[in-house]
Amino acid sequence: MTNHWVDIRNANLILSMGGNSAEAHPVGFRWVMEAKYRNNAKLVTVDPRFTRTGAVADFTAEIRTGTDIIFLGGLISHLIETDQIQHEYVRNYTDAALIVREDFGFHDGLFTGFEPVTGTYDKDTWHYEINDEGFARRDDTLQHPRCVYQLMRKHYSRYTLDMVETVCGMPRHKIQRIWDMVAETAVPGQTMTILYALGWTQHSIGSQIIRAAAMVQLLLGNMGMVGGGVNALRGHSNIQGLTDLGLLSNLLPGYMSLAQAEEQDYREYIEKRTREPLLPDEVSYWRHYERFHVSLMKAWFGDAATEANNWCYDWLPKLSEPLYDVLHTFHRMHNGEINGYFCQGFNPLASFPHKAKITESLSKLKYLVVMDPLATETSEFWKNYGEYNPVNPEEIQTEVFSLPTTCFAEEDGAIVNSARWLQWHWAAAPPPGEARPDVEIMAGLFHRLQYMYREEGGAFPDPILNLTWYYRQPAFPGPSELAREYNGWALRDVYDENRNLVCRAGEQLPDFGALRDDGSTSCGCWIFSGSWTEEGNQMARRDNSDPYGIGMTLGWAWAWPVNRRILYNRASARPDGTPWTREKALIWWNGTRWVGADIPDFPKQSPPSAGLGPFIMNQTGRGQLFARDRMAEGPFPEHYEPFESPIGMNPLNPDNPLAKNNPAARVFEEDRENFATFEEFPHAATTYRLTEHFHFWTTHALLNAIMQPEKFVEIGTGLAEELGIERGDRVRVVSKRGHVDAVAVVTKRIRTLQVAGKTVHQVGIPLHWGFKGVAKKAHLTNELTPFVGDANTQTPEFKSFLVRVEKL
Amino acid sequence: MTLRVTRRQFFKLGAAGMATSSMAMMGFAPEPAVASVRHFKLTGAKITRNNCTYCSVGCGLLLYSRGDESINNVDDIYHVEGDPDHPVSRGSLCPKGAGILDFIKSRSRLSHPMVREPGSSEWKRISWDEALDRIARHMKNDRDENFVTQDENGNTVNHWLTAGFLAASASSNETGYLTHKVVRSLGMLAFDNQARV
Repeated sequence: MTNHWVDIRNANLILSMGGNSAEAHPVGFRWVMEAKYRNNAKLVTVDPRFTRTGAVADFTAEIRTGTDIIFLGGLISHLIETDQIQHEYVRNYTDAALIVREDFGFHDGLFTGFEPVTGTYDKDTWHYEINDEGFARRDDTLQHPRCVYQLMRKHYSRYTLDMVETVCGMPRHKIQRIWDMVAETAVPGQTMTILYALGWTQHSIGSQIIRAAAMVQLLLGNMGMVGGGVNALRGHSNIQGLTDLGLLSNLLPGYMSLAQAEEQDYREYIEKRTREPLLPDEVSYWRHYERFHVSLMKAWFGDAATEANNWCYDWLPKLSEPLYDVLHTFHRMHNGEINGYFCQGFNPLASFPHKAKITESLSKLKYLVVMDPLATETSEFWKNYGEYNPVNPEEIQTEVFSLPTTCFAEEDGAIVNSARWLQWHWAAAPPPGEARPDVEIMAGLFHRLQYMYREEGGAFPDPILNLTWYYRQPAFPGPSELAREYNGWALRDVYDENRNLVCRAGEQLPDFGALRDDGSTSCGCWIFSGSWTEEGNQMARRDNSDPYGIGMTLGWAWAWPVNRRILYNRASARPDGTPWTREKALIWWNGTRWVGADIPDFPKQSPPSAGLGPFIMNQTGRGQLFARDRMAEGPFPEHYEPFESPIGMNPLNPDNPLAKNNPAARVFEEDRENFATFEEFPHAATTYRLTEHFHFWTTHALLNAIMQPEKFVEIGTGLAEELGIERGDRVRVVSKRGHVDAVAVVTKRIRTLQVAGKTVHQVGIPLHWGFKGVAKKAHLTNELTPFVGDANTQTPEFKSFLVRVEKL
Repeated sequence: MTLRVTRRQFFKLGAAGMATSSMAMMGFAPEPAVASVRHFKLTGAKITRNNCTYCSVGCGLLLYSRGDESINNVDDIYHVEGDPDHPVSRGSLCPKGAGILDFIKSRSRLSHPMVREPGSSEWKRISWDEALDRIARHMKNDRDENFVTQDENGNTVNHWLTAGFLAASASSNETGYLTHKVVRSLGMLAFDNQARV
């Protein structure tokens, strides 16, 4: 979230799209209701189904799954053409005025630079025109035909009301009504917040849907504002923390990245990531990348990391592929290229697409290690559970280890909620039997490996032999020790540029401003620096006072970065440093520095007259309407159909087969053969969670199993009539990859849509039941889903695929 | 010797002229009455602050357990409430959080390491030492055999691609941090967490 849960109450309009927070985040949703009561706010939902969020909304509209970019692109065009944008904000705080290179273009559904053979873009042309000083050229009148504003206007002029209606299947009066409601927040005193979840991310174009939302918010002046923002309601309790700590194939902690194989030179690696400003004097905070990186290397390799060996640059693995994401990994596993696999609190058999392929892949492993508090489906993928897991154990030669772990109630530590709050918790009881915390298991494995490498030698032992291990009892690393390590400490006295002492050797760092690139600081995750300072564990703070009365409890827990609760909050004030309006005041310039209800997201003493942009992580200092080369499929979001489309064509670009689906998505050939066509599988399916459920975990919790006892699917009355299905009948839902049997819930909540001249029925399939636990056994929903992901993140397309519903 | 008397008999005895207090001193004591006032269930419980482990709202939890941390006394969680001080949840819990005791105490909780040998259809209980020794040996052999120092273009890559690791989005920052540190020191790249799904 750019903002936070309680701040939702400050919104005037809440757009819930790609998520159903009343169902999936019920307690967070109270702040939506609070906004309605307190602020007379309006709630709008756009969803394939009429959901629980929709049930309390002021206005709801149905949409065909996977077509959100059309709706949002049409909205962008509507805002521009009816001149309902926040002009002062757009002019000063976005890149609308910057001029794009002359050779950039968009033709027939593709941006310039597409290479059809590799399915990738050469992105050189996706850039601003640079002047002699190395800065972007600009036209503050926004009239230049190649300024971002005009290019954006032209791009979305194709997203007409007719086009939105025909592609989304949403009646035009509903489209117009929602667009009008959204446009009302273009004035300074009104803000809209956008709440989304996996209903936006789990598409082959998921990242671009979210970018389109961000563009809408920039045009309306809603970023950095109280009651504004683009708010990802994340799924799991610490998914935010694990992402922040970089537990992804290509990342390091704090959104730093591993080097590609060809990045052999340390200096080049750093320079490429040190993003120099593209406009004069901008902050461009990533320019300090080396400080973060060197401090990490000191945390991991201690004295072994020196300037002479480039801070152990060669000790980190380098990437020969852009990503080694889970789809890529299971594809390689399927090809027999992986011998060992570890699942730490993760149930891939249930969670990854195309279960049959996952089973085949796991069966090719030499060994599988499952660390989990619960007996998961994955740990017993080799066991026969009849029709729900029809395997023959004798044919599966994988050696499987099951290691019992503690759960949250049995350990101390911090988790990061969706609002970036690091909250510390304490253990209340010991785990059952011999179960151990994950850190002890990792320590146990690591020490055995380290011992073997010391005694026997072996492949490249240096990083293993030199990994720092600061923990008083080496076999039992303590949560407080680990938290101090990721906050970081000074290895030598640290001074600022005026030779003032910032931090003494041995002291905990106060924040990431103290980090240095000369090896004098150690820090395991720069964005978490400030969480455990000399003043102690900031994450354990419990002062819930709210001095400004706008829900900013800065004394409760600790939020990254530097306890800031609303990102980009410099944009909450006008260019002259005064709040846009009194009701929306957050931070302001008091004549000598920035002050207010939040920690300023800005150099504290930079006066408004200096004119720096508020988006300090960007090279332009401005919100990027034009993404430059940062996205795989283009600098502006463009609609492409899901890989399994119920209409089989892209009405925006009907004549170019390359522009039917996301041209930059990675598809493995064997998976392409498993994609269906609408002739055979005519129904558009989507998946979701129920409020009583948490994926596959709650199949193990009796109360939850009782509340939603049996697998069901939701179908609309239109489809039920067509197939002769009554409420309560058993049905089979078949995709090209598998099938699930379930009870049919026939409902008016799913409407039949008219899309591009076709009748489209949508089918809703909850995620939950499996073959382990106390709940009634059923086929895993991921028997059905396709093995393809978003072109940037490789998040699987769980939310749009084709099935055929059959009566049993 | 203790005389067994019911509560009713005890009061009758008292009514017969003897002070009940002195009777108690002499060793007479009533059986506990079935109808006596019930104590509050949470009286004397230890309260521990925690956060819900399900979604990302991060609601405050109060875990109520028996036990006083003495070494031969096993603490046992028997009740969960929302934390009324929490600025987001203000004491509320949803149907998942309110039922979280059934997760903590699920009969599916695992309590000892096990192995399933190749081709077998059963689990076999093993010790922690055996489990960790065997896994570490697999890792060492595989890493030594398949570690790539240089790619075909002569670039130093120092990676190990034949093993992969999935980390958990419900584990703490501290678990995540140490896991990352160890996994990267081994040169693993096929490393992910639930952020992608």
